[in-house]
Amino acid sequence: MDFLLHPSGAGQKLLVMLIAIALFVAVVGLLLTLLSAPKRLPRWLAALGFLAPVLAAVGFGLVWPALVTVANSFKNKNGTEFVGFANYIRIVTEPQFLIVLRNTVLWVVLVPVLATGIGLLYAALIDRTRFEKLAKTLLFMPMAISMVGASIIWKFVYDNKVGLMSEAYVGLAHLVGQTVSAPQWLMNVPWNNIFLIVVMVWIQAGFAMTVLAAAIKAIPEDIVEAGRVDGVTSWQMFAHVTVPMIRPTIVVVLTTVAMTSLKAFDVVRTMTGGNYDTSVVANEFYTQSFSNQNKGLGAALAVVLFVVIIPVIVFNVRQLKRSEDVR
Amino acid sequence: MSRPAASQPAAAQLAVGSQTAAAQVAGAKTTGSQAVASGQARRRRADDRAAEAKNRLSSPGVSAAALAIAFFWTVPTAGLLVTSFRDDRREISRSGWWEAFLPSHWGEFGLGNYATALGSQNKLGTYFINSFVVTVPAVVIPICLALLAAYAFAWIEFRGRNILFVAVFTLQVVPIQVTMIPLLTRYVEWGLNGTYWVLWLSHTMFGLPLAVFLLHNFMREIPRSLIEAARVDGAGHVRIFLRVILPLMTPAIASFAIFQFLWVWNDLLVALAFAGNTPAVAPLTARLSDMVGSRGSAWYLLSAGAFISMAVPMAVFLALQRFFVRGLLAGSVKG
Repeated sequence: MDFLLHPSGAGQKLLVMLIAIALFVAVVGLLLTLLSAPKRLPRWLAALGFLAPVLAAVGFGLVWPALVTVANSFKNKNGTEFVGFANYIRIVTEPQFLIVLRNTVLWVVLVPVLATGIGLLYAALIDRTRFEKLAKTLLFMPMAISMVGASIIWKFVYDNKVGLMSEAYVGLAHLVGQTVSAPQWLMNVPWNNIFLIVVMVWIQAGFAMTVLAAAIKAIPEDIVEAGRVDGVTSWQMFAHVTVPMIRPTIVVVLTTVAMTSLKAFDVVRTMTGGNYDTSVVANEFYTQSFSNQNKGLGAALAVVLFVVIIPVIVFNVRQLKRSEDVR
Repeated sequence: MSRPAASQPAAAQLAVGSQTAAAQVAGAKTTGSQAVASGQARRRRADDRAAEAKNRLSSPGVSAAALAIAFFWTVPTAGLLVTSFRDDRREISRSGWWEAFLPSHWGEFGLGNYATALGSQNKLGTYFINSFVVTVPAVVIPICLALLAAYAFAWIEFRGRNILFVAVFTLQVVPIQVTMIPLLTRYVEWGLNGTYWVLWLSHTMFGLPLAVFLLHNFMREIPRSLIEAARVDGAGHVRIFLRVILPLMTPAIASFAIFQFLWVWNDLLVALAFAGNTPAVAPLTARLSDMVGSRGSAWYLLSAGAFISMAVPMAVFLALQRFFVRGLLAGSVKG
C-alpha cells in the first residue's frame, strides 16, 4: 500500500486523490448515520456529533501548535533549554533584525495606505460609468493569481535589461540628454523595499476597490441628491459626502490589508529571498525556522506576527462599536 | 489571492455583531436569500442614478487618472504574457516585449516556451497535476466539515454555543506561521511529511475557521419556519441538514469554494513547509518560486511557467466572479 503515501505518476496520484475523497465521504456518511439513530438523541450529543470534526481539527491544527510555539519562543535553537526572553531581545537589538522590523513597518503602513487610496480613487472614478464592470475586473485580476505569479510578473518589469521600468528609465534619461544604464532595481538598498511594496499594492488594490465600490453604491440616494441640489463640485462630493459616508468601510479595508501584508511572505521570498536588506518578519520566520533550523528564534518571530495583529483587531472592533453607538 | 484578506475583518466584526457591519457596508442586509432581492433593488437604483448623473466625476483629468491606474494594473501582466509566446530566447533577453509587435519580430511567436516548460526537463506538467491533486480534497473536505459545524452553531441549541462559535471564528486571526513547526514535528514523527495527506489535512485545518464563519452566516438566514415545518413532520437533525439546509446553501458553498480554491492553489507557505520542493507532491507555486531563485533571468521559462500556474485560477475567477465578490463582501466586510 505504499502508493497511498508515495504515488508515482499522474494516474496513481489521481487515484489516491479519489481514494482520499471516498474515505472522507465514508467517514462523514458513517457519522451522519450514527446521528440519525432512530431514537432521539440528547441535544448535546447531536451538537457534539456535528461539531466534533471541526473542533478536533482546529484544536490540533491551530490551538495546540500555537501554544507550543509560544513555549518554544522562550527556548534555544533546538528547543532543549529555556532561555527566557533572549530570542525576543535579539529581534529588537541586533542590526540584522532591526532592518527586518523597519521593513515590516514600511510594509504594514505603505501597502494599506496606497492600496486603499488607489482602490478608493478608482472606485469613485469608475462608479456608474459605462465600463464599470470591465474596469473592475482589470484591477481585481491580481487577486486571482498567486503572489508568486505576481512576483514573476513584476520581476520582469524590474529586469535591468528588458524590463519595462528599466527601458522607461533609460528612455527618460535619454530625453534629457543623459546616457545611463538601468540599475539592478531589486539590489538597490533601501529603495528595493519600495519596489517590493509596489507589488503587494498591485495585488491588494483590487480587494480595496471592490469592497469600497460596494460601500459607495450603498450611500443613500437622498444624501447625494441633497449635495447636488446645493451645487457641490464632484471633488467636494467625493471629499465631503462619499468619504465620510464610507469611513467605517475604509477603516476595515485598511486594517485588513495591513494584516495581509504583515503575514504574507511570498513576494519577498520569490523576488529577493530576503536578501539585500529586504526581509520582513514573515519571511525571516521562514528563513530562521526552515533554512537556519533555529526553532526558538523562528518561534519568537511567529509570535511577533501574532502579537502585532492583536492591537489592529482591537482597534477594528472598537471602531465598529463606535459606529454602532452612533447609529 | 490571499485568504487573510477575507478573514481578518470578519473575525473582528463578528465580535461586534454581524448585522452592524452589514448595515455599514451594504446599507442593507444582504446575506443569503435576501442578497438577491436587495441586489436587484440596488441595481435598479444604480441605473436610475446613472441616468440622471451622467457626469459626476468626469473631467479629462479624472478619466486620465482612471486610465493610468487601469494601465498599470494590466500592462505588467500583458508583458509577461507576450513574452511567454516569444520563441526566440535571445531576443527575449535583448529586446523589450513591446518590440515583439514590430513586423520584423512577428516570426518569433510560437508555443515553444510552453513546450519547454512542460517538457521532460522542467516537468511543470507534473507540478500542475500536484497542484490539482492537492487542491480538490483541500476544498471539498473543509466545506463538508464546516457545513456540519455551521449547522450545529446555527440550528442546534446547546449550552456554550455562542462562546464556542466566537472561539472558532476568532481562530482566523492566528497566523499560520505560528502553527508550522509543531505540526511539522508531528508529521515527521508519523512518517507523513512530504505526502499529499498532510497537505490536505493542513489546508483543511487552516481553512475551517473562515469556512465555519461564512457558512454559518448564510445558514442563519434560512427562515426558521422552514426548519420548524420539517421538525413538525418528524425530521431529525440529519434529515433537516441534508434535505432542507443543503439545497439552500449552494450559493454560499460556491462563494467559499472559490476562496478556498484560490487560496490553496496559490498557496506557497504551506506547500514549502510540508511538501518541500520535490516533484512527488510540490505544487506549481513552490516550483516556480524556486525557479525564480535558481533561474532568475530565464524569462522564456518563467513567463510560460507563470501562465501555466495562473491559467486555472484566472479562468475560475472570471467564470465565477459574482460568487467571489459576494463571498468577499459577506465574509470580510459584512461579518
